[in-house]
Amino acid sequence: MTAVDLSGVGKVFNAGRADQVVALTGVDLTVESGQFVSLIGPSGCGKSTLLRLVADLIRPTTGTLTVAGKPARKARLDQEYGIAFQQAGLFEWRTVLRNVELPLELRGTGRRERKRRAEEMLELVGLSDFAAHYPAQLSGGMQQRVAIARALAVHPPLLLMDEPFGALDEMTRERLQDELLRICAQTGTSTIFVTHSIPEAVYLSDRVVVMSARPGRITDVIEIDLGPRSEATRQSAGFFAGITKVRRALRGSPAPASAEVPA
Amino acid sequence: MRRRLRVTLGAVAALLLGAALWEGYKAVGSADGASVFGVRVLPRADDSAMPHVLDILRRFGQPELAGGDPIWLVVLDACLFTLRSVAVGFGVGAVIGLVLAVVMQRFRVVERGLLPYVILSQTVPLIALAPVIAGWGGKLSLGSYPWQPWMSVATIGAYLAFFPVAVGMLRGLHSPAAIAEELMHSYAAGWWRTLVKLRLPASTPYLFPALRLAGAAAVVGAVVGEISTGTRGGIGRLVIEYSREATGDPAKVYTAMIGAALLGLAVAALVGAAEFLLNRRRRVLV
Repeated sequence: MTAVDLSGVGKVFNAGRADQVVALTGVDLTVESGQFVSLIGPSGCGKSTLLRLVADLIRPTTGTLTVAGKPARKARLDQEYGIAFQQAGLFEWRTVLRNVELPLELRGTGRRERKRRAEEMLELVGLSDFAAHYPAQLSGGMQQRVAIARALAVHPPLLLMDEPFGALDEMTRERLQDELLRICAQTGTSTIFVTHSIPEAVYLSDRVVVMSARPGRITDVIEIDLGPRSEATRQSAGFFAGITKVRRALRGSPAPASAEVPA
Repeated sequence: MRRRLRVTLGAVAALLLGAALWEGYKAVGSADGASVFGVRVLPRADDSAMPHVLDILRRFGQPELAGGDPIWLVVLDACLFTLRSVAVGFGVGAVIGLVLAVVMQRFRVVERGLLPYVILSQTVPLIALAPVIAGWGGKLSLGSYPWQPWMSVATIGAYLAFFPVAVGMLRGLHSPAAIAEELMHSYAAGWWRTLVKLRLPASTPYLFPALRLAGAAAVVGAVVGEISTGTRGGIGRLVIEYSREATGDPAKVYTAMIGAALLGLAVAALVGAAEFLLNRRRRVLV
């Protein structure tokens, strides 16, 4: 079963005007159910645009896009995905628990069921003790975990993440990466994950989608096969080989080691 | 607790300081004031222009007219009469302001078209407007209930009170971050639910300062409205009546003015209490 399917998707902002921007062109991408796919590329390569297209926050100019076998709009209305951004974006007037309940509330889930599910999600991200706290009382990493719990609250088959760990320190980031992998494995969620970090993409993903700018497009898709991740994975030869592959793909050539002469 | 004590002490000290300045100026100021090129820059300091603070306070206890009620009771009655206009004007104004803000937030066209008029509305001199409103009121009735003069006064209060609420709430409704709006969109929440779950709660930090301004504006509107429509029974009327007696009984007009000021403080305190209750539910952050 495919979680997401894009074919020939393009996006042009301000079409026909002087400030027209071709954000994406000719994107074909399939994400299989349960897969973890990262989008990586330089700023302006359209990776966030691609994510927002899948989320139906913007509409594609060309091409077709299905999420869970439905048109993107239908998938959004059915809450087939959960989304998390670089900023946690929690509602500061709600407690942590009530923040996680929000998507359930909007879905019309009953009060008791809502509370049970939100508590289960907080358990999953290890924040059960902070249910009654307010977002401002939590650290950045904890806020981001709440945002992930909120994204997962409706048990969506698909998780969309736009640089969710981008603003966190390295230690917190690595811990959350492991947590995210555990959660995705536990819930069978497919994930599209936008990142700037090559090691992060390689560590998390089954496939790394490499993109390039002007116009935004997919230049390479690199399969990563590291088996179940652990601390040792971060030191393994396979991990470094993956990083090298992605880096070369980002440079857009097989990168001959000594070709560059300083001017 | 210690903080509350400090606030109370500060308020008392400010009152004493005001009284001391008043009496101090009386002691050193010239009875004819000071004029520069025929323009008086300092007020006259004699007892008919600036009665002693104690005389004013004492006047509260004495009867309004020989054999009548003591002044404090008359002023209190007048304040309560005006409070009705203030409360209705404040309530109506706040609701109108809120609805305007929501409509302006919803439709950009309306914001662009309406906001200039909202601002323009506040530049119309109240003195010119009040008789017009009173005139309209004479031709109206609410069902079988005839239009009362105090309703015209409340209308004037509402006319001033809606403005800060409309402008403050508009800012508040626009305040959520873009990602919060995208989040609501991703939850398939429509306009109404985005308003209820996101925009309204996000705008409370803007709402209460606006309400406090609206409260003060409603008091000013009611007092000025009473004066310029000639409505009887309220504190505004009392200020005018007593000022006519200022030559013979200078302390009297100050009792009415202090009454009007206290009315404003009472309204501000009510808004503050409402804010306190709401914030307590929400808990103050560490």
